[in-house]
Amino acid sequence: MLNKDFIITAELQPPKGPSVDEFLNKAHILKTKVDALNVTDNQRAIVRLSSLAGCAMLVREGITPVFQITCRDRNRLAIQSDLLGAHALGIRNVLAITGDDISIGDHRGAKQVFDIDSIQLISIIAGLNKGITAGGSSLAGHTDFNIGATLNPFARPEELNMMRFEKKSMAGAKFFQTQPIYDINAFKKFMEKVKDKEVKIIAGILVLKSAKMAHFLNKNLPGVHVPFALIKELETSYDPKKKGLEIAARTIQTLKGIAHGVHIMAMGMEERIPEILEMV
Amino acid sequence: MIITKQKMLSDIIKAITGYKNIFITGCGSCATLCKSGGEEEVAQMEKYLKTKGFNITGSTIIDEACHVLLTKRTYREHLSKIKKSDAILVMACGAGVQASSNSVEIPVIPALDTLFLGNTIRFGVFEQYCSMCGDCLLEITGGVCPATRCPKGLLNGPCGGVDDDGMCEVDRTLKCAWVEIYESLKKRGHLDRMKKIIPPKDYSKNRHPGSLTLKKRKGSAK
Repeated sequence: MLNKDFIITAELQPPKGPSVDEFLNKAHILKTKVDALNVTDNQRAIVRLSSLAGCAMLVREGITPVFQITCRDRNRLAIQSDLLGAHALGIRNVLAITGDDISIGDHRGAKQVFDIDSIQLISIIAGLNKGITAGGSSLAGHTDFNIGATLNPFARPEELNMMRFEKKSMAGAKFFQTQPIYDINAFKKFMEKVKDKEVKIIAGILVLKSAKMAHFLNKNLPGVHVPFALIKELETSYDPKKKGLEIAARTIQTLKGIAHGVHIMAMGMEERIPEILEMV
Repeated sequence: MIITKQKMLSDIIKAITGYKNIFITGCGSCATLCKSGGEEEVAQMEKYLKTKGFNITGSTIIDEACHVLLTKRTYREHLSKIKKSDAILVMACGAGVQASSNSVEIPVIPALDTLFLGNTIRFGVFEQYCSMCGDCLLEITGGVCPATRCPKGLLNGPCGGVDDDGMCEVDRTLKCAWVEIYESLKKRGHLDRMKKIIPPKDYSKNRHPGSLTLKKRKGSAK
């Protein structure tokens, strides 16, 4: 995945239930269109089929997964053991995430773990790649994971945000998937600042569905700024969903030559991702 | 101090239903300061339980309800009243309740929930700054504890949920602990401390039940 000139990944949520038909249908629609599919890990602190099982099923279907792991639900033992299992199942790409707070989900009384944070998780995976566990003991053999992390180019304070990015890269992250990017000029400036880093930066594309959604993102998603011109386009369109796909395609087009790839989040409209990519 | 909060009266009644004669114990330390188990609250409880048909055999405020020897001595002093009681309602933290249950043989019932080790911000306002992890790292983090002040306890910087005003996604009225740490270190010229990766916490220092026995050392201050 990381060897591609322009990496294209997309995000797929595992089902909230044991039936995987829709999940696999969507995966098959995307199979030849993307380089890898991220499988989310109890996103928004809501119970779903595990990202490990979802990734393993993708491997079986010949699709490259990105195994998302949050620090919320498992301690360092459970995470390492899941990682070794994932490796044995053919999973090679992992994305280390802090995880949404348990208070926003559907199990508010549950104990959230956070035994380690995402930067410590990256260090631990880097250790497994060298054959060493978090406890300092040796593994029989070593893993061979591509380690990824998340990045919000526009989080404030900027200096603090850059330090965190540096730490992730120092810990061993080789690729970064970012928060949704709409403001290309601001993103370009960020990429200028990090151009010497030997990491792949994969820009997040969150497909807009309506002007209302754009307003919501501006209000609630830190560091995300949908420019007024885009909101206007959505507002005046007869088919805002179609317009959202067009905007996504245009953004991807512009990002070629700026980012090392794009990560498409279609929020339930994954079957329409091929339409976006055809427009590019 | 240990911050406590009185349980719902309906839950207290539920817990003591079946007992007729109740002795009430309060605490002269933390529970007095958080107004959950001081003289005033014990008196109010006494009055309330009487209206509910309970017979109050007596009450006491122990200076430190968590002090086991002191608690035993207090109950010895009230022995005749304790003998007439079916249960003791303790208006103190969990440690206080257990010091009581250690000291008498009749049922001991908690009237409070124990919340956290708290700082007094002003009268009647308490906040948690320390979670007693046994592995203090405040010198690295500019005197702000990320393990306590960050709801996720992150040790290496903020999560993606810090908003443009530096507030926390879990509670928008709370400043992000890492923004506070950043500002504190910057002010003190110690920003370089943030650049090092802090390793996972050593939770072996925080196993429960905790236990500490002071040993006399030659040449120590005492």
